[in-house]
Amino acid sequence: MTDRLVDAAADRLFAGQVTPPLHAAAEAGTFPEALWRAVAEAGFAEALAAGAGLAGLPEAVAILRAAGRRAAPLPLAEAMLARWSLGAAGTDLPPQAVLTLAPVEIDERVAAERLANGWRLRGALSFVPWARAATHLVLVAAGGLFLLPAAGLAPRHDRNLAGEPRDHLALDAVAERLSLAAGRDPALLYPLGALCRAAQMAGALEGALALATQYANDRVQFGRPIGKLQAIQQQLAQMAEAAAAAGVAVDAAAAHIAAGGDAAFAAAIAKIRAGEAAGKAAEIAHQVHGAIGFTHEHPLHRLTRRLWSWRDEFGNEGFWALALGRRMAAQGAEAFWPAMTA
Amino acid sequence: MTASFRFDPIALPPDCERLRGEVRAFLEAEASAGGWRPHGGDFGSRHSPEFSRRLGARGWIGMTWPRRYGGGERSFLERYVVTEELLVAGAPVAAHWIADRQSGPLLLRFGSEEQRQRLLPGICRGEIFFCIGMSEPDSGSDLASIRTRAVPVAGGWEVTGAKLWTSHAKRAHYMIALVRTAPAGEDRHAGLSQLVIDLSAPGLSIRPIRNLAGDTDFNEVVFDKVFVPSAMLVGEAGEGWRQVTSELAFERSGPERFLSTIRLLIELVRRLGADPEPRAAAALGRLAAHLWTLRRMSLSVAGMLQAGATPNLEAALVKDLGNAFEREIPEVVRLVAPGRRRAGANDALEELLAEAVLNAPSFTLRGGTREILRGIIARGLGLR
Ligand SMILES: Cc1cc2nc3c(=O)[nH]c(=O)nc-3n(C[C@H](O)[C@H](O)[C@H](O)COP(=O)(O)OP(=O)(O)OC[C@H]3O[C@@H](n4cnc5c(N)ncnc54)[C@H](O)[C@@H]3O)c2cc1C
Repeated sequence: MTDRLVDAAADRLFAGQVTPPLHAAAEAGTFPEALWRAVAEAGFAEALAAGAGLAGLPEAVAILRAAGRRAAPLPLAEAMLARWSLGAAGTDLPPQAVLTLAPVEIDERVAAERLANGWRLRGALSFVPWARAATHLVLVAAGGLFLLPAAGLAPRHDRNLAGEPRDHLALDAVAERLSLAAGRDPALLYPLGALCRAAQMAGALEGALALATQYANDRVQFGRPIGKLQAIQQQLAQMAEAAAAAGVAVDAAAAHIAAGGDAAFAAAIAKIRAGEAAGKAAEIAHQVHGAIGFTHEHPLHRLTRRLWSWRDEFGNEGFWALALGRRMAAQGAEAFWPAMTA
Repeated sequence: MTASFRFDPIALPPDCERLRGEVRAFLEAEASAGGWRPHGGDFGSRHSPEFSRRLGARGWIGMTWPRRYGGGERSFLERYVVTEELLVAGAPVAAHWIADRQSGPLLLRFGSEEQRQRLLPGICRGEIFFCIGMSEPDSGSDLASIRTRAVPVAGGWEVTGAKLWTSHAKRAHYMIALVRTAPAGEDRHAGLSQLVIDLSAPGLSIRPIRNLAGDTDFNEVVFDKVFVPSAMLVGEAGEGWRQVTSELAFERSGPERFLSTIRLLIELVRRLGADPEPRAAAALGRLAAHLWTLRRMSLSVAGMLQAGATPNLEAALVKDLGNAFEREIPEVVRLVAPGRRRAGANDALEELLAEAVLNAPSFTLRGGTREILRGIIARGLGLR
């Protein structure tokens, strides 16, 4: 399927099933089982794992964008990344298994100690996405990969600004070390996680833009729709620019990496661009919506609270700008433009 | 929930990268031969007919046009690669730029066979230069309000009025002018026409205007009963508005809309060295991410133009974002470049920075102001 068709199929699925009651239940702590089954049946969680290397990335990104557009409350990016890292070792897992991964904080490490019967893994892990709902946890430790059943991990519940589960683990477990699948270096999980969050943000930006333009055409003040006021139009135009730039950065980064380009480079670009767009667009969306957009009742916050959360996960735009800037500086002035066109 | 804009992803085919290599080699040879000095600030402010002729000899002007008019029948993407490399090298492209980007494509689309045969081959050789006569003293953003008028006379038209801010008119051979050929009725876009005007015609005078950076790139062009033969009407009389708006995606989405200060950014990388302090490194990384993204957006528009679409909304998005980016570069450099403001620091970075600061105001005016672009975007979103 082309990415556009994938996007259309995913958009249909999420548009049909991600309803206000589903959101309310998810925020109250109920994992959306039926939605997850539908997503699993559609093969979405395996989109990244399918194919060689990172060939599945453009398709995965299209699906995540569609999920982001509807603020789908699922660990889909996490499952995609976990299944990708497992390679063939993941094919035995049932399609509806809920996979997550850790650590997701750049400065956290898991201590791995070799025992007679496997490896003892110990560490404090923060903000593990959806740990409480997961059936399996993919763990990166000592440059290797481990697969743990999630039952018995006893996560301490926490949440991000959007109310999505981000749990803390005091890990002490024994597991087999998996042999790494070719081309699936666990060190890529962090930049790929950043790209996935950027893709989700690109979707949420589209969703928020659609809400804000609709609202501007509907809301009447001073006898006419506020969308006729130039001050509002100029704001929404800037929001559209932010959304467009984030979308292009994400698509182009995915294509770049799928074609063999450097993942850390392209993911940094996508996360910087989408992260910056998220802050600007969320601000404009709320300004255009007035007080109604500040209520829990109105759906806008489902998107904007996710934008505020996702821009900080897997490295915010400041983190990646520093990394990218150091890299560009180290390469020198003559290499700057060639790097832009490569 | 479908977005009103659309940026199809685009990958440059391998032959484009081969071409890029050729252009880079050509430019290195040119630069080391010392024919011109690279510059930064304002794209195209350097004018060199000799350079344009050498470029024409390489087949890099009118690249996408039919061979029978001297073109190369190459793709828009190949042209894109050539133009971006020229801009990044700071090459003196001003002489042929407008004819190549805008006037030639307009003539291909709407011009007569006679006009094409007469003008396009010379453009491709880098011998015939054009300027754009749209703005007037009382008509800038509100282009449809222009007053320069052409009245029918035996064998052609007689033009009276004035064009303002006409870039490079003093050194161009022809202007494509938007003129009123019939009064505006109910529809203020009616009654407009485009004429190719020979700038050496009697009754036509050109006065250079000095800008705040000290350059005299733009001009006032006054027409006092200037005769224009009927063969020089472009397309149909009264169709000027439709024709002129069809140029806009070409005018607004190209790499010149975000690369005006690229040489300053590259000079910043040189100044920062291999291990800059964190604040400077982060500022550089952020600008690099913006540039990489803008280039993909602009390339995507080139791809859509290639496919025959008229992506005016997307072009407006690219131009507004691109102009903001090129205006931001000097603001960032001021704050993070180390070793500035040393007495006698008459170096490349300071020179490029000065040029960028002084020219920056024009970036968000020329080719459609920021506010007008945002109005177009808003309309594209379904507002108003
Ligand atoms: C360096 C340079 C080169 C140029 N070269 C050429 C050339 O070769 N040929 C040519 O024809 N023209 C050229 N121009 C002119 C350019 O196209 C005009 O400057 C531009 O269209 C704006 O017109 P104006 O300057 O009259 O400003 P105005 O239209 O008077 O605008 C002044 C301010 O009002 C704002 N404004 C106007 N209308 C609206 C509106 N409806 N809503 C909100 N805000 C509005 C504008 O955005 C701007 O901020 C050049 C300009 C520059 C600076």
